[in-house]
This record gives sequence, C-alpha cells and structure tokens, in this order.
Amino acid sequence: MRSLQTAEVEITPGMSWLHRVLGRLSESGRDLLPIIVVIAFFQLVVLRQPLPQLGQMLGGLALVVLGLTFFIRGLELGLFPIGEAMAHSLASKGSLFWLITFAFALGFGTTAAEPALIAIAEEAAQVAAGAGVIGTDSGAMDAYAFGLRLTVALAVGFSLVIGVWRILKGWPIHYLIAGGYVIVMVVTAVAPREIIGIAYDSGGVTTSTITVPLVTALGVGLASSIKGRNPIVDGFGLIAFASLTPIIFVMVYGMLV
Amino acid sequence: MTGLGIALEVLLGTIRDVLPIATILLVFQFVILRRALPNPRGIAIGFAYVLLGLSLFLIGLEEALFPIGRLMASQLTHPEIVGVAASTDWRDFGWIYAFAFAMGFSTTIAEPALIAVAIKASELSAGSVRTWGLRIAVAIGVAVGLTLGVFRIIIGAPIHWFIICGYIVVTIQTMFAPRSIVPLAYDSGGVTTSTVTVPIVAALGLGLAETIPGRSPLIDGFGLIAFASLFPIMAVMAYAQITEYRNKNRAPETTRDMGEHASTGSKEGEEA
Repeated sequence: MRSLQTAEVEITPGMSWLHRVLGRLSESGRDLLPIIVVIAFFQLVVLRQPLPQLGQMLGGLALVVLGLTFFIRGLELGLFPIGEAMAHSLASKGSLFWLITFAFALGFGTTAAEPALIAIAEEAAQVAAGAGVIGTDSGAMDAYAFGLRLTVALAVGFSLVIGVWRILKGWPIHYLIAGGYVIVMVVTAVAPREIIGIAYDSGGVTTSTITVPLVTALGVGLASSIKGRNPIVDGFGLIAFASLTPIIFVMVYGMLV
Repeated sequence: MTGLGIALEVLLGTIRDVLPIATILLVFQFVILRRALPNPRGIAIGFAYVLLGLSLFLIGLEEALFPIGRLMASQLTHPEIVGVAASTDWRDFGWIYAFAFAMGFSTTIAEPALIAVAIKASELSAGSVRTWGLRIAVAIGVAVGLTLGVFRIIIGAPIHWFIICGYIVVTIQTMFAPRSIVPLAYDSGGVTTSTVTVPIVAALGLGLAETIPGRSPLIDGFGLIAFASLFPIMAVMAYAQITEYRNKNRAPETTRDMGEHASTGSKEGEEA
C-alpha cells in the first residue's frame, strides 16, 4: 500500500472503505475535468451548438471515471508489483541471457499486438501504394503493413535490450539518446519523403497504456536491485529508447522496400 | 450494435491486448525463473482491475468523448468555420490553434499511462517530483507541440526541420537540466500519446489536411503525434530547471533535492 502515500488525497488507515473509494473516484473525476471544460467551451461558445445526446455523454463519462479508478488501483496492485518482482528475480538469477531475452520478448510481444500500430501500419501501406513504392493490390499492401509492424516490434524489442544493458552498465542516458538523434537526422536525409511522417509518428504510438507501467516497473526494479544504481537516474529511460528506435527502423524499412 | 455488444467487444479487445504480455510474464515466471509470485492473489486481482478499468475507460471514451471530439475537430477545420474558404494563410486558423492547445492539454491530464509514470516518479524521488507538477508540465508540452504541429500542417512545411530543431533544443537543455530528471523527461515523451490523445489528434490532423488545399491527408496528416512526443521532453526539463531554481533561491543549502541530491551517489558524481 506504500504508493497510496503519493496520491493527492491523503488516505489514512482510519478512513472508511467508502471514503477511500469516493476519494479515488473524485481524483479520477478531477483528471477528467479539463476535457469536459474544453469540449463544453468549444461546443457552446465557439461552435455555438448544443451538446448532443447529453444523457449518453454523462453515462459515458461515469464509465470513464470508474474505469480510470479501477485502472489506477490495478496498477498499484498488479502491474507495478509484478514488473518489479520479475526484475528483482531476473537480476538475482544473475543470467544475462535470460534478462536480455525477457527484455526483447516484452518489447517485441507487446508491440506486435498494439492496436494503434496496426492502424498506423495500414495507413502507411496506403501511402506507400499511393506513392508507387509497392503495388496497389491488397496483397502487396497487407504484406507491407505486416512488414512495418514487424519492423516496429523488432525496434521496440531491440530498444528494451539497449535500455536494460544501459541500466546494467550505468551509462548516462543522454549520450545514447543524443546518438540516436544523430542517427535519426542522418537517416532522414536519405529516407524517402513519404515515410518520414509515419516513421516519426510510429515512435509515439508504440508504448501503450499497459506496456508503460510494466516497462517502467521493470527498469525501476532492475535499477533498485543492482548495487550502485539509482532507481530514478538509472531506472527511467526504457520508454525513451522505445520511442526513438522505431523512428530509425521504420525509415530504414522505407528505404529497403 | 447494442451497448452490451460494444462492451463485450471492447472487453475482448482489451483481453487480446493483454494476452501477449500475460503470456510472456507467465512463461518467464514459471518456466524460466521457476519462482512463486510474492502475492499472487493481489496481482491477479490487480490484473483483473486493469482489464476491467481499461475496458470501462475505453467504452466510456467511445460513448462520451470521441464522437464529439472527432465531430468538433472536423467542424472546426470545416471551411465555413475557418471563415475563408480554401485559405492557406496560417493566420485564419485561430480557433484551431486554440482547440489543438486545449485538447492537447486536457487529454494528456487524463492519460492513464502518464498517471502511472507520475506516481512512480513521485514515489522514487521522495516527493521532489510532484505527480501534478509532472503531469501539468507534460500536458503543457503536448499542448504546445500539437499547436506547432497544426501550424506545420497549415503552412505545409516538411516535418523533419521542426523535429531536428526540437532535437537540438532538447540536447542543449540536457546539458543544463538537473541530471536526475533527464531520463524521466525523455520517458515522458513516449508516454503522453496513448489511449485518450491519439484518436482526437488523428481526427484533427486528418480534418485539417483534407480542408486545406494542396495538403494530402496521407502525407501531411501524419506527424502530429511526433510533435506531441517531442515537446513534453522540453517541458519536463524546463519544469525541473524552474523547480531547482526556485528551491535554490528559497533555501540555498537544504533543498537542491531535484538535481544533485539523488544523483551524487553513483557514477553521475563527476557530471553533477
């Protein structure tokens, strides 16, 4: 229960169960408030239209608040502990091979099935077909989209391997990221123009809502179980690699196909 | 489709997304590590909560926010609202900048992945990185990034010049930012764009690229997510620098916690 202390509402053990639940719900409600304000303002003041289907909207918002509350609770109970526990046991097992394999499998496995990536890969296939890079028949486009997904998944798997390696070695992150930026710039100069926008976007879509907490817990758990590593300096940074390498890999894919 | 049908479909979709992750975790835990989990019941409940929570969250968004968000994005980018039909003058799009900024900020505040990272960061830094401070910094970063990304689509400039300039700014900031914030700042670029932000942002980019003559939705519609991932890095480092500066002024000796304190322990010593 230690992470409760970081919540905005101070939760003391003496508080009743109902109070705690209400406290969590109201926190989620507060997270949602800005969106509601923005939508209401633009709809009523800028577009000057009534809010359509108000009842359905309110019902939906209640679900969002409830869902967010469950998710955060599940995060504290399930995702964070399992990520850190696995990092600890992998570190204490002392097998570099399995640690690296685990990092790769986690990155590759979670990314290959990522819905946002599937959507963006299909759009990218249309761009490529439109530019005459591949055939316009659906077979060629499917193959291209699948290849792209595989490329991004490989990139994320690879990035977690580098990220874990960096935690083990204790290298400062900025040299690696700066090096990555230089590679992005160089590859941008030679990559076909149509692929650039997609490549840059693919870095952002790879890390989903479930992957992020797990990968964060993995890094933090690893850094805290290795002597001489600081969880906040060394533990974070895995996601940064996972958002950078797909940019490079996708541009290279665009050059090869 | 009925409400229940949609709900079931979303739940199945979420389970399908979690399945590969759960498989990898289970195989490693029981086949390779051969170790019992510390609190299997709690973890199972946690996973069930995550599945249920994410499904409810997505169903609610699909019911309440995405339809109106998409509709507003397409209405705002409609030539009638823009005022001048077929305009390419970037000054004619005032409300679209405002919408991109406001939407970027508000959707980021509600982003579950960012909440997760903020909780972890605040826990590890013993409170010197505040959850709300981090979340607001990232949200401002996304807001500025989206506004600039929309501006780019309107003027039709190539994306890579903006991104490369952004990289240069990030690199310069890295030299001056407190060491312990750098990895967190780099991470926050990747966590910002997931469940809530992407669908509305995609609708905005697509609508704009369709409305403005000479833009192709397929080529110019992309790139907003890249902007939304780059600017939070700058915003978080700026936030850390401001916090450090204010702490330094307030109490010169005690509270330089954000930067030096956490990092002097290990190999960062010679840098700090």
